[in-house]
Amino acid sequence: MSGKDQLDRAKRGIDSNTLLLFITIALFVVMYAVGCIVYSGKGFAHVQTFLNLFITNAGLICVACGMTCVMLTGGIDISVGSLIAMDCMILAYGMGVKGYPSIPLLVFVLTVGIVFGFVQGFLVGYLQIQPFIVTMAGLFFARGMTAVICTDQISITEKANPTFYAWANAKIYLPAFLGYTNNRGKVQIPFIRPTVIIALVTVVVIFLLLKYTKFGRALYAVGGNETSAAMMGLNVKRTKLMAYVLSSFLCSIGGICYCLNTMSGSVQQAKGFEMDAIASAVIGGTLLTGGVGNVIGSLFGVQITGTIHTLVTTNGKLLSSWANIATAALLCFFIVLQSVFAYVKNRSK
Amino acid sequence: MSVLRNSLQRATRQKLFLPIFCMVLVLLINLMKSASFFSIAINNGVLYGRLIDILNRGSEIAILAVGQTLVVAVSAGTDISVGSVMSLSACGCCTLLAGYGVNSTSTLVMPMALGMLGGVLLGGLCGAFNGVLVANLKIQPMVATLILFTAARAIGLLLCDNQITYIRYDPYKYLGNFIPGIPIPTAIFVTIAVISVAALFLRKTSLGLYIQSVGVNSRAAHISGINSGWICFLCYLICGLCSGIAGIVASSRIYSADSNNIGLNFELDAILAVALGGNSLAGGKFTLAGSIIGAYTIQAITTTLLAMGVSTDQAPVVKAIIVVIIVVVQAPVFRDWIGNRSARKLTIAKVAAESGSGEGVA
Repeated sequence: MSGKDQLDRAKRGIDSNTLLLFITIALFVVMYAVGCIVYSGKGFAHVQTFLNLFITNAGLICVACGMTCVMLTGGIDISVGSLIAMDCMILAYGMGVKGYPSIPLLVFVLTVGIVFGFVQGFLVGYLQIQPFIVTMAGLFFARGMTAVICTDQISITEKANPTFYAWANAKIYLPAFLGYTNNRGKVQIPFIRPTVIIALVTVVVIFLLLKYTKFGRALYAVGGNETSAAMMGLNVKRTKLMAYVLSSFLCSIGGICYCLNTMSGSVQQAKGFEMDAIASAVIGGTLLTGGVGNVIGSLFGVQITGTIHTLVTTNGKLLSSWANIATAALLCFFIVLQSVFAYVKNRSK
Repeated sequence: MSVLRNSLQRATRQKLFLPIFCMVLVLLINLMKSASFFSIAINNGVLYGRLIDILNRGSEIAILAVGQTLVVAVSAGTDISVGSVMSLSACGCCTLLAGYGVNSTSTLVMPMALGMLGGVLLGGLCGAFNGVLVANLKIQPMVATLILFTAARAIGLLLCDNQITYIRYDPYKYLGNFIPGIPIPTAIFVTIAVISVAALFLRKTSLGLYIQSVGVNSRAAHISGINSGWICFLCYLICGLCSGIAGIVASSRIYSADSNNIGLNFELDAILAVALGGNSLAGGKFTLAGSIIGAYTIQAITTTLLAMGVSTDQAPVVKAIIVVIIVVVQAPVFRDWIGNRSARKLTIAKVAAESGSGEGVA
């Protein structure tokens, strides 16, 4: 094999899509490193701060996985934030006001997610209505339904449901050598919460689903070129339908994680969550036009948006709206980058 | 019978059938609920009544609908940042007038008209930003406008130093309320002005035709000598300016810049107005009149819901259902399906009639 061949192969290996993923990972590392240096006095470098990124964003990780699947087909799902609010409200109202047990409620929430996704998927896949319009209607429907269930803020207390409360406060300790001694001389052992395990399992399952199953490959094919996917004999309509069902289902899982974090339900909850999820997927290298992307990138995307929020809160002096602006700016940067890559690719053809 | 059917068919094929039908339906429902719906009275020298209220409150949606119609027509996508941009331009205007960090003021730092112009231009700037992303960088409109959807409201909050800036200066309230001595709400005049300017531009110049041709087929329009990118950019710019004007009117109503609440959920109303106006969300041909009727229909629905005791938080459920019904009825797949069904029915009837007459002959 000549040297030129090897160079060609290396070039092919790092195409623009992999490059986007590399940029994302590098950005995360740089951002976190800068955070560690600037805010070293405020405990940014502790292992626990890093794990907290996973704990606070467990819900977002699940949602971003679902969003990635929908975006692979060339669609988008902006109803996720409202759906999470509705899920939290169902859980909080069911447990806090009605006193129902947790397991049936969780099953109910997941069913609601599947039905919600089915309706959206049917409208997008079979009636060929623009995904954005459909999910926007879904956004307002879910947010409105949250208010129909209850307009007050309800918290889930230990008295209302001890099981759910125990789940929310369960700590899973990591090996002790990762611990550190705090300024009172007490050893702190880093821990994670059960939601982190749910989120990471979701990432692994969706990664395998996309990589090794027929359905996963169909998602890429439909997003890459709908017409050729149909000519290959793929059922485009059903694939799209299933993508939305999967997104809403994962969103409901994310909603449960979110509820375990906040232990409350209110109409204003998770506002703008769809923006975070889309931003995470885009920053993670998923193309808005469909056909390219994977959940590992989205996981890093979530960590980047999470790091921005942590940086802003750690600073303490900055307004919280700076986090929104920074996320939007980053999203803008990556969208433009994608557009430039697409342009370069077209020119070289 | 057939004459009636024919005229009915002809009526339903009219462009403005859907918007006018919806409007009449909403008004009828209101009339059935309370007979006093159409009554207009003069109290304290200004007009009062439900209809006036709808016309007044619907101003912002109507202004937004003008810009949104053009954006939908030219790019087959929607600008979802309009609500946030409204909030930003209101904040910008109030900050210009009151000075940065001032919570409440009764004396202005600069002439009122200049501050308002600044707010509108800020809206135009946002529109230009969206326009560059969509027209030059070829990004899907909804995703491009998603950036400002989040950022604009946050930037507005920063401009106002994270507080609500009050302008306690009487002339500032005129725009959203009443000018002394004139019984009609000022917002109605603003709306009429915006619509007239837009209609004049679309009718008297070839802009309207260009927008339609870019919307139908951007490439074909480009080949036939139209600068597609520029037309597309212009539409987003106009949409931004409209959002700016709507934002100033909304701010004048409450003589303050409430960043978190001005223009909240207005993007849905604006898109709904365009869809309800009989415009296809897939771009191309458009009617401005339809969108404006649609805008007032939505305000009528909102007013009706509020009068029926539905809270502002719950109202989106009804609107979401209306959106879904409209887009389903508009969907080509659904129309084909209905068309096929009625065609099959017709064929079956024809075949039955023929075989019947054949038997008769035999």
